[in-house]
Amino acid sequence: MNENRGEVVKVSGPLVIARGLTGARMFEMVRVGEANLFGEIIEIKGNDYSIQVYEETEGIGPGQPVIRTGEPLSVELGPGLIKSIYDGVQRPLDALARDFGEYIVRGAERPALDRSKKWNFIPVAKVGDRVEQGDILGTVQESALVVHKIMMPPGKSGIIKKIETVTGNVDTEVAVIEGQEGIFGITMVQRWPVRESRPVKRKVMPTEPMITGQRVIDMLFPIAKGGTACVPGPFGSGKTVVQHQLAKWADAQIVIYVGCGERGNEMTDVLMEFPHLKDPASGEPLMERTVLVANTSNMPVAAREASVFTGIAIAEYFRDMGYSVALMADSTSRWAEAMREISGRLEEMPGEEGYPAYLGSRIANFYERAGSVICLGSDDRSGAITVIGAVSPPGGDFSEPVVQATLRVVKVFWGLDDKLAFSRHFPAVNWLTSYSLYQDMVDECSDCKFDAQWSINRKRAMDILQRESELEELVRLVGIDALPHEDRLLMQAAKMIREDFLHQNAFDERDACTSLDKQFSLLKLILHYFDKVNSSYSDGATLESLTSNDVLNDIARAKLISEEALDQFEALEQKITNTICAITW
Amino acid sequence: MASISKEYRTVTQIAGPLMFVEGVEGVTYGELADIKLQNGSLRRGRVLEINGDKAMVQVFEGTSGLSPQDVKVKFLAKGMELGVSLDMLGRVFDGSGRPIDDGPSIIPEKYLNVNGNPVNPYVRDYPNEFIQTGISTIDLLNTLVRGQKLPLFSGSGLPHSRLAAQIARQATVLKTGEKFAVVFAAIGITFEEAEFFVADFRRTGAIERSVVFINLADDPPIERIALPRMALTAAEYLAFEKGMHVLVIMTDLTNYCEALREISAARREVPGRRGYPGYLYTDLATLYERAGRIKGKTGSITQIPVLTMPEDDKTHPVPDLTGYITEGQIIINRGLNARGIYPPVDVLPSLSRLKDKGIGAGKTREDHADVMNQLYSAYARGKNAKELAVVLGESALSDADILFVKFADAFEDKFVRQGEDENRTIEESLSIGWDLLAMIPRNELKRIRDAFIEKYYPKK
Ligand SMILES: Nc1ncnc2c1ncn2[C@@H]1O[C@H](COP(=O)(O)OP(=O)(O)OP(=O)(O)O)[C@@H](O)[C@H]1O
Ligand SMILES: [Mg+2]
Repeated sequence: MNENRGEVVKVSGPLVIARGLTGARMFEMVRVGEANLFGEIIEIKGNDYSIQVYEETEGIGPGQPVIRTGEPLSVELGPGLIKSIYDGVQRPLDALARDFGEYIVRGAERPALDRSKKWNFIPVAKVGDRVEQGDILGTVQESALVVHKIMMPPGKSGIIKKIETVTGNVDTEVAVIEGQEGIFGITMVQRWPVRESRPVKRKVMPTEPMITGQRVIDMLFPIAKGGTACVPGPFGSGKTVVQHQLAKWADAQIVIYVGCGERGNEMTDVLMEFPHLKDPASGEPLMERTVLVANTSNMPVAAREASVFTGIAIAEYFRDMGYSVALMADSTSRWAEAMREISGRLEEMPGEEGYPAYLGSRIANFYERAGSVICLGSDDRSGAITVIGAVSPPGGDFSEPVVQATLRVVKVFWGLDDKLAFSRHFPAVNWLTSYSLYQDMVDECSDCKFDAQWSINRKRAMDILQRESELEELVRLVGIDALPHEDRLLMQAAKMIREDFLHQNAFDERDACTSLDKQFSLLKLILHYFDKVNSSYSDGATLESLTSNDVLNDIARAKLISEEALDQFEALEQKITNTICAITW
Repeated sequence: MASISKEYRTVTQIAGPLMFVEGVEGVTYGELADIKLQNGSLRRGRVLEINGDKAMVQVFEGTSGLSPQDVKVKFLAKGMELGVSLDMLGRVFDGSGRPIDDGPSIIPEKYLNVNGNPVNPYVRDYPNEFIQTGISTIDLLNTLVRGQKLPLFSGSGLPHSRLAAQIARQATVLKTGEKFAVVFAAIGITFEEAEFFVADFRRTGAIERSVVFINLADDPPIERIALPRMALTAAEYLAFEKGMHVLVIMTDLTNYCEALREISAARREVPGRRGYPGYLYTDLATLYERAGRIKGKTGSITQIPVLTMPEDDKTHPVPDLTGYITEGQIIINRGLNARGIYPPVDVLPSLSRLKDKGIGAGKTREDHADVMNQLYSAYARGKNAKELAVVLGESALSDADILFVKFADAFEDKFVRQGEDENRTIEESLSIGWDLLAMIPRNELKRIRDAFIEKYYPKK
C-alpha cells in the first residue's frame, strides 16, 4: 500500500471523504480522483480524511485515487504578482484563458508566476555580508510602480557566498548562502502556506491616516494605514463602488483586490479600467500596483473560502518588503457562506444561522493579519496592511452573525444605508451610525501636519448633522415653518454638508477623488457660509434672502473645482462674505 | 464509471424526492440514473451524494408511486446533458429537454453538460451595448445592455408576464447582420401563463427564433432545478457558438428556489433563512452568472429573470439574494397597477447598474444621462411632496412643490404608462421626457446642462 495514496469513499458536493491517507496532516493539499482535482484536508477523524475540493466534483466517486502532495495550500511569491489576476487558489486566470479557453475547466493548472518572464535582479547585499531572515538581498523592478525586494525567507540566515546581477525567470538563483544547516541557494521565488501569517518583528500601533480621496471617509470616518474597516450594506447600496474607489485612490503602495464570490463583470470592470486610470501620486497606471484575486460567485465555493487567505498572504509578502498595502475583500459574507457550506457538509454542530461555531474566530483571525508592523530584517523597516471588508447581510439586517462578528474586530465601520442609496445619495455611508476608532489619532495627526482647524471643522460638521437628525423628527410632525430661524439655518447648513460635501459621484472624474486640501477648503467654505448667514440674521437680514441666493449655486458646484485651481476657494469665500453682507445692508 | 450496464434492485429507502440505492459500484457524484418502474415507465435521477456503496439519488419526476421493491436503477456514467442543435429554434421542450410540441425529434450537433463551466472572469467583455426594449421606464431610466442580468421583481397577480413578453417581442427587432434568439424558461408557472408566452411568440412570429422550455405548476417540482440549466445551456450554445444575441427569460425563480428548498429539507440540511438552504446564493449565482459577453465572440446572453416576491417583501431570501447577484432590478408596483397604469414599473427603487455604460452620444443620445437624472429627481421630489401633503395637508406645500406633484402625476400617466403594443424608440421616450420637463420652470432643471436645454427644451 502506497502511503501517499488513498481512496475516495464519499462525495457530497465540494466535500470528499477519503481513506488510507495515514500520515497526512491538516490542511495538506491532495489531488482527488481521476480528474486530478485540487483539494485540501480540513478534518481528520480516525481513518476518514475530509477534503474540500477546489473544483466541481461531478464524476468523482468511491474507489478513485487521492494523492498526497505533502504540502499545505501555499502561494508562490515573487516578481510577476503585480498586474496578475488569480483565482482563489492562485491559479493565473490569464494563462488559463490562453491555454484552456474561455471556461475554467477542471484540472487546469499553470504556475502562478510566469516562468517565461525574465527579471533583472540587482543585488543590494554583497558577498561576505551576514544576512538574517527578512534581510533584503536585492531588488527587481517589477512594474513601473513597484520595486520588488528579494528577501531572505523567514527562518533562513547565513553568510552570503555569492551574489550578482542576473537576469532570468523567478527560478533563477540570485545568491548562495552559507548557513548553519549548510550551503543553499536563494531564487526569486518563495512559497508560503496561506493559512499561516508571515512572521514580523513586532506589531505597532497605526499612526498615520490612509488618505482615500473619499470625503466622507477622510473627513468623518478615517482609516489608518494598518487599520481595519468594514463596509456592510444591503444589495445595491454601494459596497463594491466604495471598494473600487479605495482600490483606485487610496494612498497605498500595493493594492490587493479580492473579488470573493461576487460578479464576474465587476472583475472585468477593474481589469478594463485600471490600466487606463492614473495613480494621482505617480501618474502611472493603477494596474502597476495591483494584484487581483477573483473567485466569482459561480466558481467553486471551496476555492472561494481559500481566496481571502490567498489575498492576505500576498499582502503580507509585500508588507514584508516595507510597503503599505491595502487589501479589499468583496464580500466577506460570501467567504463566510463558503465556510458555512463546507461546515454543513462536515455535519458540524451549527451555530447561529447555520454558520459554524468558529465563524467569529476565523473572521477575527483574518482581520488580525492586518496591522502596522516592524518587518523582519535588520533594517527595522516598517510595513502595513490595511484591510477593508465588504459585508452583505441578508435583507440588509446588520444584526446577523457575519456583521456582528466583524464589528467585534474592526476599528472602522462604514454602514451603508439603503434609504440613502435609494435617494441616490452616494456614497451611502450613514453619518449617524458609522464610526472610526482612529478618529483621535487622525485628528491629532491632521491638526499638526495639515491645518489646526481640521478637527474643529470636522466636529462642527458632525454636530450640525447630528442636530439635523433631531430636528428632522420635529419637522415631520410640525412642518419646517414652525422651526425657529436659527434651526432653519442649521437645517440648510446640514443639507449643504450632505449634498455639497458628503455626496461624491464615483463616476464623475472631477469628483471621484478629492485631495485633503480640497476637502478641507470645501468644508471650510460651507462652514463659512453658515457663520456668515448666522451673524447676518442677527443683524436683521431676512431668512428668505439667506436661504436662497446666488452663492448657494457656487457652493454646490465647488466640489467640481479642479485640483489645480484651489485658489478659487479663497475667491469664493470672499464672494460669500460680500454677498451676505450686501443682503444685510 | 464502470456501472454502465448494471441494474440495481437495491433501493432501500425513499424519502420525499430522494431515493437511496445500496450495494452500488463505480457510481460517481452528479451521475445520472435511469429509474425503471414495473409498469415500464422511466424516470430520471441524479446522484446527490455517494457514500461507499450507498447512492443518494434525487428523482426529477418525484417519487410518488415508487416502491423500493419494484424499481430498477441503472447509472448512466455521465452527468446531465442537453443535445443542442440549431433545430432547437422554434421548438418547445419539457424540463428534461424532451420535445413536447408535435415536431420531430432533434438530432443533436453535440451534447453539453447542463451545469456548464464557470466563465473565466479574465475573458469577459463588459456589457455596454444599449438594448432598446421600447419601454420608456426601462430604456430611458433603467437602461438594459447586452450581457446584463436584470430581473423583474414582482408579486402575485401583477402583469410581469405581459411586461416580460413585451420586452421579448420588442427587444429583438432585427437589425442588419445581427442574429437574435429568445430562450424562454417556464419554471413551475401555470398553463395559462406559459400558453400566454407561447401564443404571443407564435402571434408575432418570434417563435421562429425561440427555444422554449416548460415545466408547469403541476409538473414534477424537482425538474425545475434542471430546467433553467437546460435553458442556459441552449443559450450558451446559441450565443457563443452560433454568434447570436440571446435574451433569456426565466419565470418564476421563486418556484425554482422552492424546489431547492424541498431537496434541502429532504436531505435534512441545516436550513438558512425561511428554510431555504444556506447555499441558495451560490446556487442562484451559477444561473445568473451565465449571462454576459465574452471577448472575441459576437454573441451575448442577456437575462431577464422574473420572480414573485412573497408578500411583496423585497427582503425575502429569493429577491434579496437575487439582488445581490444581478446587475440591478426592475420593480413592479402594486399601487400603480391598481391605478390602471401599465407597465406598473416603480421607477424610484428600480435600478439598472450598467445603465451608464450603455447611454450617451453614439449609443443613445447625448442628453440621455441628464434627462434621466432630471426626470428621476423631479419625480422623486413630486412623490415626496405628495407624502408630505398626506401628513401635513395640502396647504403645507409650497407653490413649487405643487408643481412637482402635478409633474409626478403627469409622469406616471404619460411616461410610465404605455400600450402593450407600443414600441417607443429612445428618441420618442426622450421627447416625452422633455415634454414633461417643460412643466417645470427652466431654472429648476438643475441636472441638465445648459447646452442641452438650449437644444432640446420644447419650443412653445
Ligand atoms: N459613489 C457613487 N457614485 C455614484 N453612483 C454610485 C456610487 N456608489 C454606488 N452607486 C450606484 O449604486 C449602484 C450599486 O452599487 P454597488 O454595485 O457598489 O452596490 P453593492 O453594495 O456592491 O451591491 P451588491 O451587494 O449587490 O454587490 C452602482 O451601480 C451605482 O449606480
Ligand atoms: Mg457589490
